[in-house]
Amino acid sequence: MSRLDVRKTYKLYIGGAFPRSESGRSYEVVSASGEFLANASMGSRKDVRDAVVAARSALRGWSGATAYNRGQVLYRVGEVLEGRRSQFVDEVAAAEGLSARAATAHVEAAIDRLVWYAGWTDKVAQVLGNLNPVAGPFFNVSIPEPTGVVGVLAPQGSSLLGLVSVVAPVIATGNTAVVLTSGDRPLPAVTLGEVFATSDLPGGVVNIITARTAEVAPWLASHRDVNAIDLTGAAGVDGLVWGELEAAAADNLKRVLRPAIAGNVAVEPDWSADPGLGRLRAFLETKTVWHPKGI
Amino acid sequence: MPTFEYAPAPESRAVVTIEKSYGLFIDGAFTRPKALFDTINPADERLLAQVTQAGPRDVDKAVAAARRAFDGKWGALTGAERGKYLFRIARILQERAREFAVLETLDNGKPIKETRDVDIPIAAAHFFYHAGWADKLEHAGLTPAGGPTPRPHGVVAQVIPWNFPLLMLSWKIAPALATGNTVVLKPAETTPLSALLFAQVCQQAGLPAGVVNIITGDGRTGQALVEHPDVDKIAFTGSTEVGKAIARSIAGTAKKATLELGGKAANIVFDDAPIDQAIEGIVNGIFFNQGQVCCAGSRLLVQENVHDQVVARLKRRLETLRVGDPLDKNSDLGAINSRAQLDRINRLVDAGVDEGAQRWSPECTLPATGFWFPPTLLTGVAQTHRVATEEIFGPVLSVLTFRTPAEAVAKANNTPYGLSAGVWTEKGSRILWMADHLKAGVVWANTFNRFDPTSPFGGYKESGYGREGGRHGLEAYVTTSPRSASPTTGATR
Amino acid sequence: MGAPQARWLFAWWPLARWFVAQWFVAQWFVAPAHHADTSFRVLPMPDCLRRNRDLVHRADELAADRRRWGGYTRGVTVSTTSSTTDNPVADPVVDPAASSVAGSASSAVANARDVLGVSRLTNRALTGWLHGLPGVDQVGCEGRASALGTRSVKTTSKAWAIDLAIGMIDLTTLEGADTVGKVRSLCAKAVVPDPLDPSTPRPAAICVYGDMVATAKEALGDSGVRVAAVATAFPSGRASLSVKLADTRDAVRAGADEIDMVIDRGAFLSGEYLTVFSQIADVKAECGEAHLKVILETGELVTYDNVRRAAHLAMLAGGDFIKTSTGKVAPAATLPVTLVMLEAVRDWRELTGVQVGVKPAGGIRTTKDAIKYLVMVSEVAGENWLSPDWFRFGASGLLNDLLLQRQKLVTGAYSGSDYVTID
Repeated sequence: MSRLDVRKTYKLYIGGAFPRSESGRSYEVVSASGEFLANASMGSRKDVRDAVVAARSALRGWSGATAYNRGQVLYRVGEVLEGRRSQFVDEVAAAEGLSARAATAHVEAAIDRLVWYAGWTDKVAQVLGNLNPVAGPFFNVSIPEPTGVVGVLAPQGSSLLGLVSVVAPVIATGNTAVVLTSGDRPLPAVTLGEVFATSDLPGGVVNIITARTAEVAPWLASHRDVNAIDLTGAAGVDGLVWGELEAAAADNLKRVLRPAIAGNVAVEPDWSADPGLGRLRAFLETKTVWHPKGI
Repeated sequence: MPTFEYAPAPESRAVVTIEKSYGLFIDGAFTRPKALFDTINPADERLLAQVTQAGPRDVDKAVAAARRAFDGKWGALTGAERGKYLFRIARILQERAREFAVLETLDNGKPIKETRDVDIPIAAAHFFYHAGWADKLEHAGLTPAGGPTPRPHGVVAQVIPWNFPLLMLSWKIAPALATGNTVVLKPAETTPLSALLFAQVCQQAGLPAGVVNIITGDGRTGQALVEHPDVDKIAFTGSTEVGKAIARSIAGTAKKATLELGGKAANIVFDDAPIDQAIEGIVNGIFFNQGQVCCAGSRLLVQENVHDQVVARLKRRLETLRVGDPLDKNSDLGAINSRAQLDRINRLVDAGVDEGAQRWSPECTLPATGFWFPPTLLTGVAQTHRVATEEIFGPVLSVLTFRTPAEAVAKANNTPYGLSAGVWTEKGSRILWMADHLKAGVVWANTFNRFDPTSPFGGYKESGYGREGGRHGLEAYVTTSPRSASPTTGATR
Repeated sequence: MGAPQARWLFAWWPLARWFVAQWFVAQWFVAPAHHADTSFRVLPMPDCLRRNRDLVHRADELAADRRRWGGYTRGVTVSTTSSTTDNPVADPVVDPAASSVAGSASSAVANARDVLGVSRLTNRALTGWLHGLPGVDQVGCEGRASALGTRSVKTTSKAWAIDLAIGMIDLTTLEGADTVGKVRSLCAKAVVPDPLDPSTPRPAAICVYGDMVATAKEALGDSGVRVAAVATAFPSGRASLSVKLADTRDAVRAGADEIDMVIDRGAFLSGEYLTVFSQIADVKAECGEAHLKVILETGELVTYDNVRRAAHLAMLAGGDFIKTSTGKVAPAATLPVTLVMLEAVRDWRELTGVQVGVKPAGGIRTTKDAIKYLVMVSEVAGENWLSPDWFRFGASGLLNDLLLQRQKLVTGAYSGSDYVTID
C-alpha cells in the first residue's frame, strides 16, 4: 500500500521567517514537462517593501561582521546545501527538465560556487583595496565597502546554479539582498531559503520573493531604500524591458548591473564559465581615507 | 595699534592672451566662431570673450572626429606612445602654468592663489600620473593574470562643471586618453576658456587630430553630446539632478557612465580635536573655492560641549579672511561664479534664517560690481533645515551639534548624498571607527579637501558612481570582459 | 611692557584675599591633605583674572568654555602619596615659603594654582594640565605656516614691515670668541644701522653673554637700545639652580634690561614639569625689573605638542616672552614652531588676560623670512603683538638684509653688500 506524500508548502523567505505573500495570492508552479509541482506564494510590491525593510535592518550587522565570519557562514551554506543535495537535484531536475545527472552537476557546481565565494570574503579588500602613494605626508588607503541593500533579479533559467551565482557575490562582500526568483522556476530558491535559515546566515541578509518578475521588479527598481540592482533576471521575461528598470533605478542613482547582452538582446549568462570578479565589484563602493602622518 | 595692511598685489593679466571669440576644437582645429555667447569675469562682470554655442551638428562632427581617431591613428598606437603624449601635455601645462592660472581666475572668479597652488599643479599631476599607466594597464589589477588586456570603450563624452574647469578637465581627459579612448569634452557654459586654451596645448603636444575635441555651449550641447548614439561612455561631474537625467537617458543602452555629483559633507569635530588645525580644516573645508566644491564640508558637526568655543575661534579666524580681487595674490576668497549661483546662495541662506538659523559674517567690504558673497556662518541649524540638507555650493557653513560618536555618524549619514566627510579627533581608534561608519567615498581625518591623482575620488548614494583617480579610476574607462560571444556577466553601468 | 605688570599688581590684591579665604575653608571642610588619600578640588577662576576685558577678544564668549578645551582648569587629583608616584627627586609640592625668592616665585605658584584650579601645585597637577592642552597636528600646522608664507607683501606694506622688523631685532653675538671690541662694534651698528640713512630705525636690543653686559650698556648709552643677556648656563642649561640664579643675578646687576634664560630640557623631557616651572619662577624672581625671555629650545623638544606644553609652562611660571631657540641647536626658529607659540600666547591672553611676547631666534636671515613671520604675527596672534614690546627676532645677519631691501625701496635699484656696514 503506497503512502501518501506529505507535500511541502513553498513560501517566501523574509527577515529570516517564511511568511506567505501579504497579498494572499499564490500561483501554480509546473515542471518543465508541465506537471503540477506546487502552489508558490505570489509575492507582491508589499512583500518587496517588507523585504527591503528586513534587508536594511540586517545590513549593519552583516556588513559589520568580520570578513572571516562571513566566509564561514557562506561555507556553512555550502555544507548544508551539500547535505540536501538530493532534494535540490530533484527540484532542479523538475524545474529545468534536466536528467538526474545533469541536475546533479548543476547542484554540485552551485555548492562549489558558494565555496569559491566563501573564500573571497576576506580577500576582496586585499585585491581591490589600495594604499595610494599621494604626494604629501598622508596615509591614504582605499578600501571596498558593501554598497548596501541590493535588489537581485535572479535568472529565469538556471534555478539554482544561476541563483547562487548572483546571490553569493552580493552577500559575500557584506551587502544584503532582496531576491526576486525565477518566475517559472521558483522552487529551488525557496528551498535555498531553508538552507540559509539553517546555516547561521542572519535573518534579513537574503530575502527571497517568488513572484511574477514583470509585476514586481519595477517596484524593486524604483525603491528609494535599495542601493543597487542586478538586472540579470530581466533577460527572457515577457513584458519586462530592462532599460525601463534601469531608468527607474536612476531616481536614487542605484548602481545597476545590466543583463548580459548578445546581439543587442538580453540573455542569460553562461553559468559554467569562470565568474571572475565582475559580480563582486559591481556591488562595492570604494572608500578612501586620508590621515596626516606626523609626530 | 599698528595694522599690517597688505598693499594690492595683483597678478599680471598680461601673461595670457584672450581672443575676442572662439570656435570649437574639432578634429585638431578650431572651427570658425558662430552662434556666439558671452563669457564674463564674475569678479567685475566684464566681457572676457565670446564662444560658440555648439549645435547638434557640431556635436555630430566632434563625435565623428573622435570616432575616426579611435578607429585610426590613436587606436593603433601602443600604450607607451600614448603615454608619451600625456607626458608632453603634463609638461606643457607646467610650462604654461601661470597663463592657465590667470585665465582660470579671470573666467571662474576664484583666487589666483588657488589656481596657482591647487588647480593647475594638480591638473598637470593628473596627466603625469596617468601617462605612466598607458603602457601598464595589464598590471592595474582590473583583469586576472593572463586574462584579457583591458580595452578602451571608444568615444567618451565628458561634461564638466565650472568650479574647477581645468582640474576637472584633467580628471576626465587624462585617464580617458591613458586607457586609449578618444574624447569629446564640453566645459561649463560659464568657464570655457581654460578648456579652449587646453585645446592649444593639445596642438602644441602634436596630439593626433580628433583624439581630444572641445565643444562649448550650454546644457543643450551637453545633452546632445551625452545622448549621441555613437558615444560609448559618459563621464559627468555636476549636479545630482543632471546626473539622474543622464542615468535615465542611457538606461537600456550599452553606454557606460560615471557620475560625480553633489554632496553635503559633514565635518565632524570632537572635543579632543587638534583645535587650531581643526579650525583651519573647517575654513579650508567650506571656504576653499568660495565653497563651490561638491565635497565641501558644508555641515559642521561639533561636539556640543565645545560648540561655543569652536564657533568663537572660527569667528576670530574668519575675521582674517580676505575677500576681494581674485587676481590679488592675498585674496582668500574670490567671486561667486555666476549671478545664478549667487542668487541660489542668497535664496538658501534666507531660507535658513527664516527657519531659525543665526547668520553671521565677518565685516568685509564686497566689491560693487561682480558676484560676491561674504564668508558666512549659520549657527543653530537643525538637521531638518534646508541649509542642512540642500547643497548650497557657496561660502556658507551650517553649524550643528552632536553628543556622541554614534550620533555624529547618524547625522553625517542622514543625507541622500555620500561624497565626503571629515573627522577631527586625536584619538586614533575613534578615527578608524568613524571612518568605518561614515557613508562617504572620501573620508578626511584630521585634514580636509586633499586631492591627489593617485587617490580615488567619488561618492556613495546620490553623490554618483564610479571613481576618478588612482587605480580605481581606470576601471571606468576600460572594458575587461573577453571579446568572446558568450557573455558571463552583464556590464556595470 | 610695564603695563601688564601694573595690571598684575592691581589684580593680585583681591586674589590674595580670596585665596586666604579659600585656604581657611579648605582647612576646615576638606580633610587635610596629609590624612586623606586624595583631595579633589577644582577652584573657579577668580574674576580678577578676567578683568582686563579690553585686552580680551570676545572674552565673554570664550570664558564659558575655557575650562573645556585642553583642560585649562581641568580638575586634578592631588595625591598625598605623590612623593612616591610623582617626581621622586623634586619635592612634589612647591612650597612658596621655602622658595629661594619668596616674593615673585610664590606669586607664580599662587597664580599657577589658580589657573590650574588646584589647591596645591604638584607635578601631577602640572602634567594633567599640560597634557590636557589640545594636540597639534604636525601636517596641518606646517601647512598653515606654509600658507601664511605665501602672502605677497609689496610696496608700502613692505616698507612698513621692513622698518618694523628692524625695530624688532635683538642683534645678537653669542660666541666664545666674543671680545669687548666685537661687542662695541655690534653696539655701534645698533645705534647707527645705516650710516647712509639716519631715518633707519634701531634694533630693539643687543643680545650678549652676561659678562659683556656692562660693555654693551656703556657702548649703547642712552640710544634706547636695550641690553639682553643670555643666562642660566646658556645654551645647555646644565648647571645647578644656584649657578643659574647667580648667572642671572650677575647679568641683572651689570645692567641687563632683559634676561634670556633656557629651560631645563632634560627635566621637561623626563616629565619633571614642576622642576622646569620652579626654575623659571625662581629666575623670574631674580630678574627684578628685567624682562624674562624663556628659551624653550624647540629643536630639542622636537614635537609641536611639546612646544605647546613648554610654552604654556613658561607663561604659567611668569615668563614675559617665550623664545624658540638658543641658536646653538638645529633646527632653530621655524615658521611652524613660531606659529604654535603665537597660538599659545594668543590663547594665554584669552585665558588670563596677560599678554606674553614671542621671539623666534636663529636661522632667520632674509627680509622675505622676516616678513613671513610678521604676517604670521598679524594673522595668528593679532595686531597687539606687532610691536617690539611683544615680538622680537633673535638674529644677526638679518639686519643687513633688511637694510639692503630698505635701500632698494628708497632708491629703486637693487643694493649690494658694499653698501651696508658689517659690525
